[in-house]
Amino acid sequence: MNQVTSFLRPAPLNTDVAVEMIGVNKWYGDFHVLRDINLKVMGGERIVICGPSGSGKSTLIRCINRLEEHQRGRILVDGVELLDDVKKIEEIRRDVGMVFQQFNLFPHLTVLENLTLAPIWVRHLPRREAEEIARHYLQRVKIPEQAEKFPGQLSGGQQQRVAIARALCMNPKIMLFDEPTSALDPEMVKEVLDAMNELANDGMTMLVVSHEMGFARQVANRIVFMDEGQIIEANTPEAFFASPQHERTKLFLSQILH
Amino acid sequence: MDAADSTKPKVSPLYDPKVRGIAYQVALCALIGVLVYGAISNAIENLTRAKIASGFGFWTTTAGFDINQTLIEYSNISTYGRAFWVGLLNTLLVAALGIVFATILGFAIGIARLSRNWLLARMAGVYVEVIRNIPLLLQLLFWYNAVLKALPEQLQESFIIPGGGFLNRRGLFLPQPVFGNGSGIAFVALILGIVAAIIFRIRIKRRHEQTGVRAPVFAIVLALVVVPPLVALALAGFPIDFIYPYPGRFNIQGGIEILPEFMALLFGLVIYTAAFIAEVVRAGLFAVSRGQTEAAYSLGLPTGPTLRLVVIPQAMRVIIPPLTSQYLNLTKNSSLAVAIGYPDLVQIFTGTVLNQTGQAVEVVTLTMAVYLTISLVTSLLMNLYDRRVALVER
Repeated sequence: MNQVTSFLRPAPLNTDVAVEMIGVNKWYGDFHVLRDINLKVMGGERIVICGPSGSGKSTLIRCINRLEEHQRGRILVDGVELLDDVKKIEEIRRDVGMVFQQFNLFPHLTVLENLTLAPIWVRHLPRREAEEIARHYLQRVKIPEQAEKFPGQLSGGQQQRVAIARALCMNPKIMLFDEPTSALDPEMVKEVLDAMNELANDGMTMLVVSHEMGFARQVANRIVFMDEGQIIEANTPEAFFASPQHERTKLFLSQILH
Repeated sequence: MDAADSTKPKVSPLYDPKVRGIAYQVALCALIGVLVYGAISNAIENLTRAKIASGFGFWTTTAGFDINQTLIEYSNISTYGRAFWVGLLNTLLVAALGIVFATILGFAIGIARLSRNWLLARMAGVYVEVIRNIPLLLQLLFWYNAVLKALPEQLQESFIIPGGGFLNRRGLFLPQPVFGNGSGIAFVALILGIVAAIIFRIRIKRRHEQTGVRAPVFAIVLALVVVPPLVALALAGFPIDFIYPYPGRFNIQGGIEILPEFMALLFGLVIYTAAFIAEVVRAGLFAVSRGQTEAAYSLGLPTGPTLRLVVIPQAMRVIIPPLTSQYLNLTKNSSLAVAIGYPDLVQIFTGTVLNQTGQAVEVVTLTMAVYLTISLVTSLLMNLYDRRVALVER
């Protein structure tokens, strides 16, 4: 199997457990953002994390690729523990894709260059192969015609789809989404959710911080509800929406499901 | 006249913004005209009264004074025109070297100031705050009088620099290479080596793009540039001689002499301007949002490539305009040479030449025109670069 075709499907995990968080705690100064987080995500599982703002959802997924450091507890990603080892952290980041609320595309590079930057510099792919892979994923997110444009020339929805394609070009094992649709105009939300849906159908392991309850109901295996840095409850979508266990969850659901 | 115009209510010309605008501009032009006329007629009148012939007749007259640093041939029987070129080249030399070193030092300190290493960041911070808050003139006097004048005066006490150099109060003396017969071959070999290195770089880049295979580019390029001339030299029997400076009766003699005035001016300009460039660089790096770094990290890019490929290219957009100003400041500040006696354009031309000829109008105007030209050329080049790194928006 040549390199290009191996990049066109999700990379297999080495272990059954994609992400494991054991007793994770984090503080910003005096502020206790994450309190005793225990979470086990199996390979191929799709988790949606929701909760009120400031509840620590973004911090939680940002700990998984070490954009934030946790102070206590253990985090294992595909069997590798996140320690203060720069090489290990880079290794994990290579295999964990991330999509941000603000897209964070590189504005000085074309769409195609955005997509090929990391494959060329990190995976050491030849440019031609990296471009072939990039065009494949642009096709997948349905904007192959925008390859030569700059991010500033695209709509928000198109930019976010480029961001998804950019993460996929690294052939990740796990994808993290940090409120991917929160900065979008309503009519652009669907095109991004469609791209994520398709990814879910391919069997990608996904952790998604989102308030899109329709998406959660349709795609998630489990919904995790967080408040004040703690996981309040985690359940299948059916159980979560039909019979929430905690008062806090009920209140939250009543506020977002009008 | 159509209907719309005829129905328009009449406005007194006194309150018509168009009429007013034209009136103001006419008045301003008239005022400038009167001032210029006044200045010129005044100058002419004074020059005739002082019996000074205006014009550049002095240009070809013998200067009759010596200059202690000359990049082109010059002696006291050369003309004033020749002295002008000597001064201009001395100014360009110190400005060009100053810009190169100040850029390197400034970027290093600017990046260091944002380092996570506490000590490094603090040291960079202290450097910037101390240096930029002390007047440049004082700093030049410090380097010249407190540092370089504190060097040994007696020849016997000169610091000896390994390899045959001397450093004392009169300057830095270094061995001067003299190329004998056969060194031309080494020179040709060096050029061939450089050409080979460039071709190699292009090919290795293409190979990387096509196959992903990497090579130790730096080592091979270095080898290509260094080895051929060395081999050529060995074959020719090392025909390079050095004129070593040696302690003469009154001073060190022979070799390359670097004036203490030049060193003081260069140190002062580089160290002072680097503090400002460091701040410009820091502001530029800050202007790139944290999200850019996070996006690069999340793709597995290490810190170095993230800075080089993602952050700095974007920061350059913010850095270039103020960086240009700093380059212009450095060039113009080099005229403070006059305070420590470095023979730059101002010291030679608006100093000695002006004093000897009395041609104040011509000399000062020409010098101003020179600085204006240097600055405009610098701005033009920087603007061209700025346009190349500009972002494409919708």
